[in-house]
Amino acid sequence: MPGTPESSLIHARGLTKRFGSMTAVDGIDFDVAPGEAFGFLGPNGAGKTSTMRMIGCVSPVSAGTLRILNLDPSLHGPQIRARLGVVPQQDTLDSELTVRENLVIYGRYFGLSRAECARRADELLEFAQLTERRNDQVEPLSGGMKRRLTIARALINEPQLMLLDEPTAGLDPQARHLLWERLYRLKQRGTTLVLTTHYMDEAEQLCDRLVVMDKARIVAEGSPRQLIAQHATREVTELRFPVGVQETLDGQLEGLAERVERLPDRVLLYAHDGEAVVAAAHARGLQPETVLVRRSTLEDVFLRLTGRSLVE
Amino acid sequence: MARVVEHRAMQYRRTFRASLFSSFLSPLMFLGAMGIGLGTYVDRSGNDLLGGISYLAFLAPGLLAATVMQSAAFEATFPIVGGLTWSRTFHAMYAAPIRPRDIALGNLAWIAVRVTLIAIVFTAVMTVVGAASSPLVVFAIPAAVLTGMAFAAPIAAFSATQRTMEKFSAIFRFGITPLFLFSGTFFPIESLPAFLQPVAWISPLYHGVALTRGLALGTAAAEPLAMVVHVVVLCAIVVGGTVATAITVERRLVRG
Repeated sequence: MPGTPESSLIHARGLTKRFGSMTAVDGIDFDVAPGEAFGFLGPNGAGKTSTMRMIGCVSPVSAGTLRILNLDPSLHGPQIRARLGVVPQQDTLDSELTVRENLVIYGRYFGLSRAECARRADELLEFAQLTERRNDQVEPLSGGMKRRLTIARALINEPQLMLLDEPTAGLDPQARHLLWERLYRLKQRGTTLVLTTHYMDEAEQLCDRLVVMDKARIVAEGSPRQLIAQHATREVTELRFPVGVQETLDGQLEGLAERVERLPDRVLLYAHDGEAVVAAAHARGLQPETVLVRRSTLEDVFLRLTGRSLVE
Repeated sequence: MARVVEHRAMQYRRTFRASLFSSFLSPLMFLGAMGIGLGTYVDRSGNDLLGGISYLAFLAPGLLAATVMQSAAFEATFPIVGGLTWSRTFHAMYAAPIRPRDIALGNLAWIAVRVTLIAIVFTAVMTVVGAASSPLVVFAIPAAVLTGMAFAAPIAAFSATQRTMEKFSAIFRFGITPLFLFSGTFFPIESLPAFLQPVAWISPLYHGVALTRGLALGTAAAEPLAMVVHVVVLCAIVVGGTVATAITVERRLVRG
């Protein structure tokens, strides 16, 4: 874990959030370094949003240490919030105002002058590719446009630290890719990004480092590449058998790969060399209906660490 | 807090047209229909229950207080629930360096601004039609605003605990409307059955109407103690309601 408390933008030790008898975040430790893109990965209910709300200084810490920008959120909430950019999971745009007014008034909340708000609003409209819609009401905008506006709004105070809670949930692929590209630009400029997601491709695209959360705890930590190396093999071979055949394969799959996982509809074989696994399977006389050899992804890591069963 | 008021003013610039009728025209229509139309008959009946003044002069200040009450009460419902639950704009403010108590106070301050405008227009019309007989009528404006806030503050505190509008129709149906009718706006509460009169006394609107009327008619100078009591009662409700609003708004924002 890098960094001393002083050099970290966020420093958490034993961070805990309780709601009555329910523990949403159970004593987690992490540090976020300046300029880093840091992700919280986990299924719904893992405690990601509760963690983000504590970092955003809108939800008090129940126990443990939390320092943000070297300040204590319980004492300096508004001072910390003045230097954060927050993109919440649910849009909080003002539908009674226009696109541009949403940016201007948000800048006013940070105590910026009207002229400065206007200047930054126009700049950010450009950044969010919303200049043409600047005088439209917010309501008829598409989901992707609203998210871009929310991100632009979070940038009005030129934050040192951006908190993004599921920034692309519910968006179509085009809108997601455009958002990723904009977020990547922010990262290039040196803005520290902290995001939660349950999209593995998003985490792989954006995060330098991430932690996987499950049931209120951190279960793994590292770069996407490190996590794959630690918790999965280089490649995965997916074999799909005709209906009814898979159940008859007792004993025939074992030893083909480092790890064998049987799903209801297919078998996953984790190995360094996927093609070799296919060859070995054929040599044993197995006749899968379809064969797919692919690189391991974070999704494999995620499912291994947090399980395949639904949480809800 | 000023930033929160600025936000509401920005919204108002976009939406005020929709509220012109209910805020300004509708109360003036009441004044015309009841005060002048019905008033002509009341005045002709020749009894002296109103103490020698025209029904219009009696009704107008009561209607001023009651109108402001209605607008203030309404403004303390939808916009508060909306900011916390629908558009969630209060959460957006809280994510910026604005404190929950500033969000609560800013919204109440905005309601005060809104109803002050209504009170000014109404009082000006009242004066023009000859329904104000004392220069003290100028102070009827803050008196009416105080009355409005005595409703807005506690209602806002309640609104911040609600996630739907379900319970509000009951507040208006069983609270605001009966008060509007039976707090001395349209007739002196002395005309109510004796057992109902104490009920009228605990109504904040009764104190608001009495205060506003005393100032508009200039009778306030003759009974300063009663006026002070009205002001103290209304102020106490405003302070209590404001503290409660700060607490309930903060609780909701922290919960998420």
